[in-house]
Amino acid sequence: MTRSHHDMGGEAAGPVVIAEHDYSPWEKRIDAIMSLLVQQKNLLRVDELRRGIEALAPDAYDSLTYYERWIASIAANLVEKGVLNQAELDARCAEIATRDGPLEA
Amino acid sequence: MSRFAVGERVTVHDRDPAWEPRKPHLRTPYYIRGKTGAVERICGEFRNPEGLAYGEDGLPKQTLYRIRFDQAHVWPDYSGPAHDKVEIEIYEHWLEKTP
Repeated sequence: MTRSHHDMGGEAAGPVVIAEHDYSPWEKRIDAIMSLLVQQKNLLRVDELRRGIEALAPDAYDSLTYYERWIASIAANLVEKGVLNQAELDARCAEIATRDGPLEA
Repeated sequence: MSRFAVGERVTVHDRDPAWEPRKPHLRTPYYIRGKTGAVERICGEFRNPEGLAYGEDGLPKQTLYRIRFDQAHVWPDYSGPAHDKVEIEIYEHWLEKTP
Protein backbone atom coordinates (compact mmCIF):
# COMPACT_ATOMS: atom_id res chain seq x y z
CA MET A 1 0.00 0.00 0.00
CA THR A 2 1.10 3.54 -0.62
CA ARG A 3 1.79 5.48 2.54
CA SER A 4 1.80 9.27 2.60
CA HIS A 5 4.80 10.78 4.39
CA HIS A 6 2.64 12.47 7.05
CA ASP A 7 0.84 9.20 7.88
CA MET A 8 3.60 8.08 10.24
CA GLY A 9 1.71 6.52 13.15
CA GLY A 10 3.76 3.62 14.54
CA GLU A 11 7.05 4.71 12.99
CA ALA A 12 10.03 5.27 15.29
CA ALA A 13 9.78 8.90 16.39
CA GLY A 14 11.82 9.44 19.58
CA PRO A 15 10.52 10.99 22.77
CA VAL A 16 7.57 13.40 22.85
CA VAL A 17 8.50 16.92 23.99
CA ILE A 18 5.94 17.83 26.66
CA ALA A 19 7.39 21.16 27.87
CA GLU A 20 4.88 24.03 27.95
CA HIS A 21 5.61 26.89 25.59
CA ASP A 22 4.05 30.19 24.65
CA TYR A 23 2.95 30.97 21.12
CA SER A 24 4.82 33.70 19.28
CA PRO A 25 2.84 36.66 17.93
CA TRP A 26 3.32 35.41 14.34
CA GLU A 27 1.88 32.02 15.31
CA LYS A 28 -1.18 33.69 16.85
CA ARG A 29 -1.54 35.75 13.70
CA ILE A 30 -1.58 32.62 11.52
CA ASP A 31 -4.20 31.08 13.78
CA ALA A 32 -6.27 34.27 13.43
CA ILE A 33 -5.88 34.26 9.63
CA MET A 34 -7.18 30.69 9.53
CA SER A 35 -10.18 31.61 11.73
CA LEU A 36 -11.00 34.54 9.48
CA LEU A 37 -10.75 32.46 6.31
CA VAL A 38 -12.90 29.63 7.71
CA GLN A 39 -15.47 31.39 9.88
CA GLN A 40 -15.77 34.92 8.48
CA LYS A 41 -14.81 34.71 4.83
CA ASN A 42 -15.87 31.14 4.08
CA LEU A 43 -12.87 30.79 1.78
CA LEU A 44 -11.20 27.75 3.29
CA ARG A 45 -12.08 24.56 5.14
CA VAL A 46 -9.99 22.78 7.74
CA ASP A 47 -10.02 19.73 5.47
CA GLU A 48 -8.34 21.82 2.76
CA LEU A 49 -5.79 23.11 5.27
CA ARG A 50 -5.01 19.53 6.23
CA ARG A 51 -4.77 18.40 2.60
CA GLY A 52 -2.32 21.23 1.86
CA ILE A 53 -0.14 20.18 4.78
CA GLU A 54 -0.15 16.59 3.55
CA ALA A 55 0.93 17.86 0.11
CA LEU A 56 4.20 19.27 1.48
CA ALA A 57 7.32 17.50 0.26
CA PRO A 58 8.68 15.16 2.95
CA ASP A 59 11.72 17.33 3.70
CA ALA A 60 9.53 20.43 4.06
CA TYR A 61 7.03 18.52 6.20
CA ASP A 62 9.84 17.45 8.55
CA SER A 63 11.66 20.79 8.75
CA LEU A 64 8.74 23.21 9.11
CA THR A 65 7.17 23.92 12.49
CA TYR A 66 3.46 23.49 13.17
CA TYR A 67 2.31 26.98 12.16
CA GLU A 68 4.84 27.17 9.31
CA ARG A 69 3.06 24.16 7.83
CA TRP A 70 -0.26 25.95 8.32
CA ILE A 71 0.80 29.13 6.51
CA ALA A 72 2.42 27.14 3.67
CA SER A 73 -0.89 25.31 3.18
CA ILE A 74 -3.01 28.47 3.56
CA ALA A 75 -0.92 30.25 0.93
CA ALA A 76 -1.01 27.29 -1.48
CA ASN A 77 -4.79 26.94 -1.08
CA LEU A 78 -5.41 30.66 -1.66
CA VAL A 79 -3.23 30.65 -4.78
CA GLU A 80 -5.10 27.54 -6.01
CA LYS A 81 -8.43 29.32 -5.47
CA GLY A 82 -7.23 32.49 -7.19
CA VAL A 83 -7.60 34.64 -4.04
CA LEU A 84 -3.87 35.37 -4.21
CA ASN A 85 -1.52 34.99 -7.09
CA GLN A 86 1.95 33.56 -6.70
CA ALA A 87 3.74 36.58 -8.20
CA GLU A 88 2.03 38.97 -5.74
CA LEU A 89 2.84 36.67 -2.86
CA ASP A 90 6.51 36.34 -3.88
CA ALA A 91 6.83 40.10 -4.36
CA ARG A 92 5.31 40.83 -0.95
CA CYS A 93 7.58 38.28 0.76
CA ALA A 94 10.64 39.82 -0.95
CA GLU A 95 9.52 43.30 0.15
CA ILE A 96 9.15 42.21 3.77
CA ALA A 97 12.50 40.38 3.73
CA THR A 98 14.16 43.60 2.49
CA ARG A 99 12.43 45.66 5.15
CA ASP A 100 12.95 43.33 8.10
CA GLY A 101 15.88 41.19 7.04
CA PRO A 102 15.65 37.45 6.44
CA LEU A 103 13.69 35.34 8.90
CA GLU A 104 15.69 33.48 11.50
CA ALA A 105 16.25 29.86 10.54
CA MET B 1 -29.00 4.76 8.42
CA SER B 2 -25.91 3.13 9.81
CA ARG B 3 -24.76 -0.16 8.36
CA PHE B 4 -23.07 -1.43 11.54
CA ALA B 5 -24.36 -1.69 15.12
CA VAL B 6 -22.58 -1.00 18.41
CA GLY B 7 -20.57 -4.09 19.39
CA GLU B 8 -20.39 -5.47 15.83
CA ARG B 9 -17.02 -6.75 14.60
CA VAL B 10 -15.71 -4.84 11.58
CA THR B 11 -12.56 -4.91 9.48
CA VAL B 12 -10.90 -1.83 8.00
CA HIS B 13 -10.39 -1.95 4.24
CA ASP B 14 -6.81 -2.34 3.13
CA ARG B 15 -7.53 -0.67 -0.19
CA ASP B 16 -4.80 1.44 -1.76
CA PRO B 17 -6.38 4.57 -3.26
CA ALA B 18 -4.75 5.86 -6.44
CA TRP B 19 -2.53 8.97 -6.17
CA GLU B 20 -3.49 10.04 -9.70
CA PRO B 21 -4.99 12.38 -10.75
CA ARG B 22 -4.71 13.68 -7.18
CA LYS B 23 -3.22 12.50 -3.95
CA PRO B 24 -6.07 11.25 -1.74
CA HIS B 25 -6.83 12.95 1.57
CA LEU B 26 -7.53 10.03 3.91
CA ARG B 27 -8.71 9.99 7.52
CA THR B 28 -8.03 6.29 7.94
CA PRO B 29 -4.48 5.90 9.23
CA TYR B 30 -2.17 3.60 7.33
CA TYR B 31 -1.40 1.46 10.37
CA ILE B 32 -5.04 0.47 10.94
CA ARG B 33 -5.87 -0.71 7.41
CA GLY B 34 -6.76 -4.39 7.33
CA LYS B 35 -7.20 -4.56 11.13
CA THR B 36 -10.32 -5.85 12.89
CA GLY B 37 -12.09 -4.19 15.81
CA ALA B 38 -15.55 -3.58 17.24
CA VAL B 39 -17.94 -0.63 16.96
CA GLU B 40 -17.67 1.33 20.23
CA ARG B 41 -20.20 4.01 19.21
CA ILE B 42 -21.85 5.63 16.24
CA CYS B 43 -20.65 9.25 16.11
CA GLY B 44 -23.15 10.56 13.55
CA GLU B 45 -23.23 11.44 9.88
CA PHE B 46 -20.79 13.90 8.36
CA ARG B 47 -19.76 15.19 4.96
CA ASN B 48 -16.92 13.09 3.56
CA PRO B 49 -13.59 14.85 4.23
CA GLU B 50 -12.00 13.09 1.24
CA GLY B 51 -14.08 15.42 -0.97
CA LEU B 52 -14.19 18.43 1.37
CA ALA B 53 -10.39 18.53 1.28
CA TYR B 54 -10.58 19.28 -2.45
CA GLY B 55 -13.32 21.90 -2.23
CA GLU B 56 -16.16 19.48 -3.08
CA ASP B 57 -19.42 19.22 -1.12
CA GLY B 58 -18.54 15.91 0.57
CA LEU B 59 -22.03 14.53 -0.07
CA PRO B 60 -23.57 12.05 0.49
CA LYS B 61 -22.85 12.18 4.20
CA GLN B 62 -21.05 9.19 5.64
CA THR B 63 -21.68 7.56 8.99
CA LEU B 64 -18.68 7.90 11.29
CA TYR B 65 -17.96 5.19 13.85
CA ARG B 66 -15.58 4.96 16.75
CA ILE B 67 -13.89 1.59 16.44
CA ARG B 68 -12.09 -0.08 19.34
CA PHE B 69 -9.08 -2.28 18.54
CA ASP B 70 -6.85 -4.40 20.76
CA GLN B 71 -3.38 -2.85 20.82
CA ALA B 72 -1.82 -6.32 20.69
CA HIS B 73 -3.71 -6.94 17.43
CA VAL B 74 -2.68 -3.62 15.87
CA TRP B 75 1.00 -3.87 16.87
CA PRO B 76 2.43 -7.39 16.69
CA ASP B 77 5.33 -6.40 18.99
CA TYR B 78 3.11 -4.60 21.52
CA SER B 79 4.52 -5.05 25.02
CA GLY B 80 1.88 -3.27 27.15
CA PRO B 81 -0.97 -4.88 29.11
CA ALA B 82 -3.06 -7.33 27.07
CA HIS B 83 -6.30 -5.40 27.71
CA ASP B 84 -4.97 -2.11 26.20
CA LYS B 85 -7.11 -0.67 23.40
CA VAL B 86 -6.82 1.99 20.74
CA GLU B 87 -9.93 3.78 19.47
CA ILE B 88 -10.09 5.41 16.05
CA GLU B 89 -12.93 7.24 14.32
CA ILE B 90 -13.46 5.71 10.87
CA TYR B 91 -15.98 6.46 8.13
CA GLU B 92 -18.38 3.74 7.02
CA HIS B 93 -16.98 3.35 3.49
CA TRP B 94 -13.69 2.21 5.03
CA LEU B 95 -15.33 -0.62 7.00
CA GLU B 96 -16.58 -4.06 6.10
CA LYS B 97 -18.37 -6.75 8.06
CA THR B 98 -16.00 -9.26 9.61
CA PRO B 99 -16.95 -12.79 8.57
